[in-house]
Amino acid sequence: MAARPIAPGLFVDDPEGPRLVAARCAACGKSHFPAGRVCPYCAADGASEIHVGPAGRLKLFTAVTAKPPGYRGEVPYGFGIVELEAGLEVIARLTEPRLDRLRLGLPMRLVLEPLFTDEDGTPVVTYAFAPGAS
Amino acid sequence: MRPVWIAGVGLHPFGRFAEKTVTALGAHAVQQALGEAGIGRGQFQAAFCGTVYSGVAAGHKVLTSLGLSGVPTVNVEAGCASGGAALALGAAQVATGRYDRVLVFGMEKMPRGIIRSSFFEPWREEAGLAATPAYFALRAQRLMRDSGVTVEDFARVSEKNHRHGVANPNAMYRKAISVDEILASPVVCEPLRLLMLCAPNEGAAAVALSSEPGLGAVRVAAAALRSHHAGSVLGEHTPMSGVADDGVATPTEMAARDAYEEAGVGPDDLDVVELQDTDSGREILSVEELGLCPKGGGGAWVRSGGGEMRSRLPVNASGGLLSKGEPLGASALGQIVELTWQLRGAAGPRQVSDARVALGHTVGRGANACVVILVR
Repeated sequence: MAARPIAPGLFVDDPEGPRLVAARCAACGKSHFPAGRVCPYCAADGASEIHVGPAGRLKLFTAVTAKPPGYRGEVPYGFGIVELEAGLEVIARLTEPRLDRLRLGLPMRLVLEPLFTDEDGTPVVTYAFAPGAS
Repeated sequence: MRPVWIAGVGLHPFGRFAEKTVTALGAHAVQQALGEAGIGRGQFQAAFCGTVYSGVAAGHKVLTSLGLSGVPTVNVEAGCASGGAALALGAAQVATGRYDRVLVFGMEKMPRGIIRSSFFEPWREEAGLAATPAYFALRAQRLMRDSGVTVEDFARVSEKNHRHGVANPNAMYRKAISVDEILASPVVCEPLRLLMLCAPNEGAAAVALSSEPGLGAVRVAAAALRSHHAGSVLGEHTPMSGVADDGVATPTEMAARDAYEEAGVGPDDLDVVELQDTDSGREILSVEELGLCPKGGGGAWVRSGGGEMRSRLPVNASGGLLSKGEPLGASALGQIVELTWQLRGAAGPRQVSDARVALGHTVGRGANACVVILVR
């Protein structure tokens, strides 16, 4: 069965790899994710959609060992901040929960990973970052 | 603007009270505050109630239960700073002369465990991105990277606050815990251990504000409220301030600047501080953001005995939220009650000698922060 993204408009699965759907503001040049028309930095309207990734760099990280409220995946999982191109930083799941395998500045790559299976049997995928250059 | 005075304070201890409704908790604190102020029915002109989880018209229910309804009553939600926001709104009514007496209170009965928050969209919850302790942990990691803070330092903060809490009969935890015990407690999210995190719980606090001085002549010299600056965004959905340091002022830094200016005091003038310590890292970051130590100096501050009762500036003499627990809507006003007692010289075994200038600080989702300065 075809997989369903955890929410619409967060990522695309291009032939050359997954990309996050962000937006860049024409007025101030800053990018934000998830994409929205209005720039949260400068309030200008009309930010344009950009696709970023898959390469990133790890800025901060930890691991989650107990299921937080509403979570439908498995524990443990990694959790961190990844810096992408265009100065964009995102809070994201990391596929690697073993902290001795992670370090600040580590090259990361965007991946799509299965998270859980819906009530009707549809696999649900989300975005995450895995260690390693893309 | 005219001076705003604290005419009376009330507190329901923080803890777990299965047999009491949130309305009963709030009523307890309100009765105490109004009783101390000598303010009866028909003698206050507005009420502001800080609460997050209490539901529709929660403040109205408290006043109705006491036969005090009828005045303009507004429930205020600003995450962990809800009570501070209620105080800021109430104080403004008195300062501008619109009302002479305003009741401010806050109460909460928190669900157990990791706080579930409608702040997060359902997909973020499903994907595991609503993991509040993980955000705390990233903030702590940043302090380790930028401020020379060690895991032992996080333990030292928790040890200090728990030791202080022993002297506070209104705290939930009144047991000293050693640094070793804290370090040995289970890792929640590296580097934070279980005993470095505060527990959500239940409680209530109330403050009666007046244009006339009350017991001890404690004055609200500033009550500043700020939300996250638009230029400081880690994705526009950043649930916690302090995770990113992009050089843009944080809500706490902005609120502190406003409060110091309004009160005409600076960090060196403070005698006692109650600040947000929802986790040990949050205390250290709060200390930096409030200017109680240089930016990046948080680790050195801890290791030099910063915040200890015998230090120049005791921080969280009450035991902080680490000892008291955190009932969201009540926590900020709990600080104000505690600091009022400090300024009146009525804080018992946790009294800071000759305290004249006090600061209370809360920060929470939004992100928003409230900084209150009291002076006698």
